[in-house]
Amino acid sequence: MAEQTLPLNAGPVTDSGRVPTVVVDDVHVIYRIHKGASGGTTPVSALKRIVSRTKAPNIREVHAVKGVSFTAYEGEAIGLIGSNGSGKSTLLRAIAGLLPPARGAVYTQGQPSLLGVNAALLNDLSGERNVVLGCLAMGMHPDEVKKIAPEIIEFSGINERGDFASLPMRTYSSGMGARLRFAISSAKKHDVLLIDEALATGDRKFRVRSEQRVRELRDSAGTVFLVSHSIGSIRDTCERTIWLESGVLKMDGPTKEVCDAYENQK
Amino acid sequence: MANTAVADPESGLTRAQLAQRYGLRVAGERPALGEYARRLWAYRHFMTAYSRAKVASSLSNTQLGQLWQVLTPLTNAAVYFLIFGVILAQHRNVPNFIAYLCTGIFIFIFTQTAASNGTSAITGNLGLIRALQFPRAALPITVTLVQLQQLLMSMVVLAAIVLLTGEPITFRWVLIVPMLLLQTIFNVGLSMVMARLGSKATDLKQVMPFVMRTWLYASGVLYPVALIREHLPNWAANILEWNPPLVFIELARYALLDSHQPNLISSPLKLWAMGLFWAVVMGIGGFVYFWRGEKEYGRG
Repeated sequence: MAEQTLPLNAGPVTDSGRVPTVVVDDVHVIYRIHKGASGGTTPVSALKRIVSRTKAPNIREVHAVKGVSFTAYEGEAIGLIGSNGSGKSTLLRAIAGLLPPARGAVYTQGQPSLLGVNAALLNDLSGERNVVLGCLAMGMHPDEVKKIAPEIIEFSGINERGDFASLPMRTYSSGMGARLRFAISSAKKHDVLLIDEALATGDRKFRVRSEQRVRELRDSAGTVFLVSHSIGSIRDTCERTIWLESGVLKMDGPTKEVCDAYENQK
Repeated sequence: MANTAVADPESGLTRAQLAQRYGLRVAGERPALGEYARRLWAYRHFMTAYSRAKVASSLSNTQLGQLWQVLTPLTNAAVYFLIFGVILAQHRNVPNFIAYLCTGIFIFIFTQTAASNGTSAITGNLGLIRALQFPRAALPITVTLVQLQQLLMSMVVLAAIVLLTGEPITFRWVLIVPMLLLQTIFNVGLSMVMARLGSKATDLKQVMPFVMRTWLYASGVLYPVALIREHLPNWAANILEWNPPLVFIELARYALLDSHQPNLISSPLKLWAMGLFWAVVMGIGGFVYFWRGEKEYGRG
């Protein structure tokens, strides 16, 4: 790749003396999606495809992040904004090391934790057992889990209307499930914290409680990334903001400048 | 590439150099084999809890619930007995055909399900993989642990069948424990290999039932093992003798069935040697093979 074709921010960087915690270096993330059966996929056309050696139509490669570079420092809270499908969540997953980048590299201090509402849980099991499983999956020790489990259920508030913790999770409303998942994933201390839309779940009372929890987590974490569509909460919590648009870094700077530019383009 | 372009060493560093200066590590980097094994060991509580949860949830929406853990192997044995014991009457040469058949089926199913469920260990858990960071080898191991729990239930059923069909309890029954240990290690390795293969080639899942059925017929489950030597050319029988499920099945029959002693396909000592060989080769080989692909899991 010739140097002049690189985007501005992919060139050399100066060592400003601040301690970097996350370095994202020209990262491309591509993932494959199996679309499943769609129109026109008869056995005959599939055979034709194999004979003529064209790619399967039901596998599509999504180039979600296209060469993003930036450096995050200790004590920073960084907001990620952009329209739906601009690659914000994918970028967070690449930083957390969950989606391997196709090109480029992400360097991090310690193991970043992605705090999302998507942590997969078993729907056929009770909320209590899901709490235990979720904590073990985050690498906690069983003794620690036993101690912290009642607090998690208390924080999630699912027991406010009767004993829901002992019922299978498939009986929960979507809000209740999301609250429990947030409660589980926020129960651990984190070095680098990645928060994906977590504040948008639950009712008003829970939102206040979870915003408080995020602020506590932020104070103990080195660096916090926050993905949100609510510009308000980005302005409240982050001093720096990165604007992604269709997988490309469009703007990176102080929250006020970036958010103003983002809102003005609409 | 950007990370190799050093413009001016006075004022600028590449990002890779900056990361190196402050000791940052590549996210999602594959740890060394020893470190990987240590991390996996730290996740042992997760693996046991997850497999127990899977067993509990798999039958939670049936009326009979956990009773199916016993009913499934029983029904299986009944169907095969109907076809191969009654209709095709294979049992003329085998002294205790029911016990012979059930031992074979239960031991084979353990390896079969480890292989076929291992194929979807990665693809079936993409949600978990994309949400949490943990050694991915925990997933194929969990698959095998689930099957092991079901096998132990089948073993209780099998013990009852063996006793009811008039076999005596001998000191050799103890040998079922080391035999199952060897098979479990083999199965863990096998499901790791299948998990990595299945994460890339998603078509594999469609082919597996046919592969498995062929393997079943090659493993001396449904017919007397003496037929292998009688009907196949010598070289083919010598190869088939090393077939891992056949080795484990014969070891189980050696341990449980007194009536089968004269008809074993190889000498007991040779069976133990082959079983140990397969456990070591598949256990270590499968683990290393799976570890080498660690970075790729999750891209789908």
